[in-house]
Amino acid sequence: MSALLEIEDLQVTFGGTAAVRGASLRVEKGETHCLVGESGCGKSVTALAVMSLLARGGHRSAKRMSFAGTDLLSLSDRAMARIRGNRMSMIFQEPMTSLNPAFTVGSQMAEVLTRHKGASRGDALERAVALMGRVGITAPEMRLGQFPHQLSGGLRQRVMIAMALMCDPELLVADEPTTALDVTVQAQILRLLATLKRELGLSILLITHDLGIVARVADRVSVMYAGEVVERAPTAALFRAPQHPYTRGLLSCVPAPGRVRRDKPLGSIPGVVPTISPGFAGCAFRSRCAHADATCEHEIPRRVAGAAHDYLCRLAPTLAEPLPA
Amino acid sequence: MSAAIEVAGLRREFRVRAGLFAADRHVIAVDDVTFSIPAGSVLGIVGESGCGKTTLARLILGLLAPTGGTALVDGKRLFELDRKARARLIQPVFQDPFASLNPRRRIRDIVALPLAAQGTFSRGEIDKRVAQILERVGLSREMGERMPAQLSGGQRQRAAIARALVLEPRIVICDEPTSALDVSVQAQILNLLADLRRDLGLTYLFISHNLAVVEHVASEVAVMYLGRIVERNETDALFRSPRHPYTRALLDSVLTPEPGRGVPDVGLGDIMPDPANIPPGCRFHPRCRIAVERCGSVPPQPVVHADQGMVECHLA
Repeated sequence: MSALLEIEDLQVTFGGTAAVRGASLRVEKGETHCLVGESGCGKSVTALAVMSLLARGGHRSAKRMSFAGTDLLSLSDRAMARIRGNRMSMIFQEPMTSLNPAFTVGSQMAEVLTRHKGASRGDALERAVALMGRVGITAPEMRLGQFPHQLSGGLRQRVMIAMALMCDPELLVADEPTTALDVTVQAQILRLLATLKRELGLSILLITHDLGIVARVADRVSVMYAGEVVERAPTAALFRAPQHPYTRGLLSCVPAPGRVRRDKPLGSIPGVVPTISPGFAGCAFRSRCAHADATCEHEIPRRVAGAAHDYLCRLAPTLAEPLPA
Repeated sequence: MSAAIEVAGLRREFRVRAGLFAADRHVIAVDDVTFSIPAGSVLGIVGESGCGKTTLARLILGLLAPTGGTALVDGKRLFELDRKARARLIQPVFQDPFASLNPRRRIRDIVALPLAAQGTFSRGEIDKRVAQILERVGLSREMGERMPAQLSGGQRQRAAIARALVLEPRIVICDEPTSALDVSVQAQILNLLADLRRDLGLTYLFISHNLAVVEHVASEVAVMYLGRIVERNETDALFRSPRHPYTRALLDSVLTPEPGRGVPDVGLGDIMPDPANIPPGCRFHPRCRIAVERCGSVPPQPVVHADQGMVECHLA
């Protein structure tokens, strides 16, 4: 496999706050890569940095950031605008905030193709109808003339996905695409993404806080904490043998149906995610970690736990106990 | 066990303006809901958005007037009590601790408000009770001096819980209490709620769209669909052998952290439930995989089986 998106040592700062601190990430061609972590860990900022969509005041730097062989760091704004929405596109958590309420679904979808590919409006609308059918929207011709507020949440998210596919992108960045939806609709949307990946050869960078989603859809996972990627692993390995204390803590917090002990408390991680100022040294998790000692205040080695599985911690890899059956 | 709350035939309709010249539409948000919760236990309510679970919470809290039905708490008719009396019996914990706490008040004043509103507690008594409850939910005295914006999401939800418990109510209505929180913090709050229930003998009505959470906290679960409870059972039984096809679909859609199993086909189709347009017969039939002809015309009646709870389905 070859990398479609390669990020090395990404740093993003907003004034005095370091949002992303040296994150490295590879999305292979044709894979679903999950970026998982709690709010404020920098996962959305990482995605926005890739898309060059950081809010004003955000500053990005990296050793390397390449997309299909193109160096994203050296691209002009105009050149980046030609890639964004075209070869890499993004969908967001709340489709209502990313669709324009004043324009019909059809005109918003068509604009993507007329702008990027110079297609005629007629051709663009035709493709919009075809794609809406593809993502499971019933009566697509009727939807063209509708406004976003006339659609249900699940339909809006499908419209967003269809719109993101208008130019046949190689990479789809999906930021919590199902968090605002009911579980039943969530399952439908995730199935749709899996089908599109398989049939169109799409690569997906999926950002989520939900370990259930990660387990079910990801090929590989990067766990973020306080702006760093603290563990990277193939999905099966991450759930079988999580290494970083944060990953382990996170997994213990999830109530697992079928093996619930109502009399026993859930695992939890004490404390909260700290705010990190530039110049912070050592492990950012140490204030919440049961294994922390004085060495955690210094530079932390990246250790290898297995094939394509590494993590950022002073602790040697352990063969984790299997999850309680 | 005696019931902490008994709700019978609860109903709430809304009138929705459909347009300038169109006739108003009737939305039945809660339709003939009946349940009771034994003292000290937890009834979980699950269902998709728009199924009426939040309306149900608002009715019981007295934030909305019901169009029909009764609720008994401690043998008292809940809907005939005044606000102060009701507040002593039932208190809420809402989803969003950012929206439910007054941003311009200190935490200890927010927590003191239910006591102060009763008008029967002395300043000293209020201070004492607020200090006790803050400590009980894991907030320091110093946290009490802060404004909500200076607290994390989990700390705010602790403050909201302290406010709910400061009057020592019998029943707490938890409406998605952890949905806005991160998983690690969610676990802290769920554990706290479980401890408080055990130590203080509280009864919870626990509303959530997260079935894994409900399975963890509830002793009994009611599944709502378009305003009605379509299945109710003891938690283990409901999760082990769901009888309503909608309950089965809901359970199938839960993504447990088990790699390699893929995303299940829930089989509900693309038709979304519309509370303003409730289908005839069984209201679930347009989305039901196993519906037969009769489901489209004859509404199923609730069937109660000993030890198997209640289910409302022709085919269960």
